[in-house]
Amino acid sequence: MIRAVARPQLPPLLRAIFDPPSRLYIRGDPDLELLAQPAVAVVGARSCSPYGAQVARTLAREVAAAGVVIVSGLARGIDAEAHRGALDAGGVTVAVLGCGVDRDYPAANAELARRIMESGGLIVSEYEPGVEPAPWRFPARNRIIAGLCASTLVVEARERSGALITADFALEAGRDVLAVPGEITSALSAGTNALLRLGAVPVTGAGDVLELFGLLPEQRPKPRLGGVGAVVLEALPGTMDELVQRTGLAAGAAAAALAELELRGLVCEGEGTFRSV
Amino acid sequence: MIARALTHALVGLDPRRVEVEAHVQSGLPALAIVGLVDRAVQEAKHRIRSGVASAELPWPDGRITVSLAPAQLKKEGSGFDLPIALAILAAARSLPADSLDGHAAVGELGLDGRVRPVGGVLAVAEGAARAGIDRLLCAAESADEAALAGVEPLPIHHLAEAVAYLKGELVPVFEPNGNGIAPEPPLPDLAEVRGQERARRALEVAAAGRHNLLLAGPPGTGKTMLARRLPSILPPLDPHEALEVTRIHSVAGLVRPSRPLIRHPPFRAPHHGASSPAIVGGGSGPRPGEATLAHHGVLLLDELPEFQRAALEALRQPLEDGVVTIARVGGHATYPAQFQLVGTMNLCPCGARGDPAATCTCSAQRLTAFRDKLSRALLDRFDIAVTAPRPRAHELSASAAEESAAVRARVVAARERLATTVPQRTDDADALLSRAVERLPLSARGRARVARVARTLAALAGSDRVEPEHVAEALSYRTPRDLEPR
Repeated sequence: MIRAVARPQLPPLLRAIFDPPSRLYIRGDPDLELLAQPAVAVVGARSCSPYGAQVARTLAREVAAAGVVIVSGLARGIDAEAHRGALDAGGVTVAVLGCGVDRDYPAANAELARRIMESGGLIVSEYEPGVEPAPWRFPARNRIIAGLCASTLVVEARERSGALITADFALEAGRDVLAVPGEITSALSAGTNALLRLGAVPVTGAGDVLELFGLLPEQRPKPRLGGVGAVVLEALPGTMDELVQRTGLAAGAAAAALAELELRGLVCEGEGTFRSV
Repeated sequence: MIARALTHALVGLDPRRVEVEAHVQSGLPALAIVGLVDRAVQEAKHRIRSGVASAELPWPDGRITVSLAPAQLKKEGSGFDLPIALAILAAARSLPADSLDGHAAVGELGLDGRVRPVGGVLAVAEGAARAGIDRLLCAAESADEAALAGVEPLPIHHLAEAVAYLKGELVPVFEPNGNGIAPEPPLPDLAEVRGQERARRALEVAAAGRHNLLLAGPPGTGKTMLARRLPSILPPLDPHEALEVTRIHSVAGLVRPSRPLIRHPPFRAPHHGASSPAIVGGGSGPRPGEATLAHHGVLLLDELPEFQRAALEALRQPLEDGVVTIARVGGHATYPAQFQLVGTMNLCPCGARGDPAATCTCSAQRLTAFRDKLSRALLDRFDIAVTAPRPRAHELSASAAEESAAVRARVVAARERLATTVPQRTDDADALLSRAVERLPLSARGRARVARVARTLAALAGSDRVEPEHVAEALSYRTPRDLEPR
């Protein structure tokens, strides 16, 4: 079932932008109050690094756990990870599409869209059902992402990136823009680092985001760890070989310790590099 | 007059008895060969005629018919030259009528009458031995190979020599070369690989448990170098395996006359342009492919995603059953193909992923297409998957790494242990595995893989039981998420 919401019923934040949509189409039978709740947009590159993916997911999870709605664009990469992070925390997430809400675009995230619906989240678009995705619809979609949120967090973005367009819309509407600092040599961080230079709020943890909403991040109890696990955790991040070198453990023992840590949700791996979560 | 000689044709790797009959009748001079023979056998006419002339033997006057029975069996190759020539000579009474009894023959004739070696002599000799024939006339180069089947090889250099022997004028002496006089060529050694502790460990575990291994990582990190050193840490083949491997390589014409018996696990590394028949075997008269040539050994597919998808998917049957069945209109052939599969791949098409010093320029679509090339079904066949990162400069300058011989000793010990007792999981290890199934995306097949690798790890550690640390390490070898199709 698809519902259309006319402009007067749209949340005030969205109505306040320069050119609010005349109506929003929403998939399912939603609770419109959701769109008026405090929300943060988490956006970034589609072809992100494993580091970016992990940061997006972790931040989204912790922010959603504190009760803030996560808004993003259901694209591959950072967007999808942000939605997943919110779902991990049992939080609420809103996906804004650049096509009709009856379309699963991109197809790879159809399953994710289904889970968003099941968890009580929303899939919204200003386009009528049946409208095909087109390149020029995505920048327009980004103004809605920015418009729905009090702040926009850019996790990873190249120098010319759709995520920067979202950040521009947020600035125009007078909203906060936040960015995750990255390596200055990485092309994937060129966009976010440029935002920081222009005065965006640097984000080094979920607390930096929640502070803007006057919230505190949930304190996670420090895990109790055995000897080897603690030694390995101390030596992160790094590849298995680097950990072997730093800790002096045998390759097998280091692998076993990391697998244990991964099972406890303290470590994750991407492209051969292990990071603490 | 009609004369008969005996040889064997191969169906797959299976020798089938073939009787070569020659009949000389009065009529216009002609030579006809019948019995479902291929081009190579048809061309035998010309070789045999010249060969007989070169041996200064009379060519029978009249019409010669040669029949290869059973007539419905396809016969291929030049190994029929010698038996056909001998049958014709016997039919022409150049040989005593019963002199061919108790003999089988195989070999190609040169125009000068020389006898040349052909492929598949071991299988032919085994066929002869099974048929109760204990003497095989063959090229001198093939004699050592034939001897492996337990028949008495009669090394023949020239057609005239065969005729002299059958007339009782000369006895060719077989001097066993003794496999191994020529030294084994040295295998590349693991000591040459610096750093890569994780991948080295994975290689050792794969060798100990005969697990299929996938090495992923940016280019230039030594994935291929490591994979090529796997044979150096494998134990030699046992006599039964050695004979099986030799038979296959003999049929493919890959046996070296100086040392016919293949004692080392074979190592095959087909190029990624290889077609599906080249990998699993095929052709109209089916021939063994790389998967069969790697039987009891290692099949390395370097740059796995570059292979044709059809070729990769065709590997699923041998990976599951250990055999390749090739069905053709004219029947089917089954080849053994129990190999250890080693694959290497980059993490993305441009290769920069996983390399901290480079930035990946692949678009999301290209990346997805790259990962989609490997089906989940194929990835599931790799018990062990590791990512080999780029080694740091100081690792490369570090002192020499462990040599293959030391690793091989551990591998041999682990294999012996696995052959006698299968380590069982302790309760704690079981609990850990169950927890992993709950927490991680681990399918039923994935769980079985982890359990298998954990057993190998226990055996490598010299333990009779699978402890939690073995399960934990085995978990670390499961397919990394960034290799799976999305």
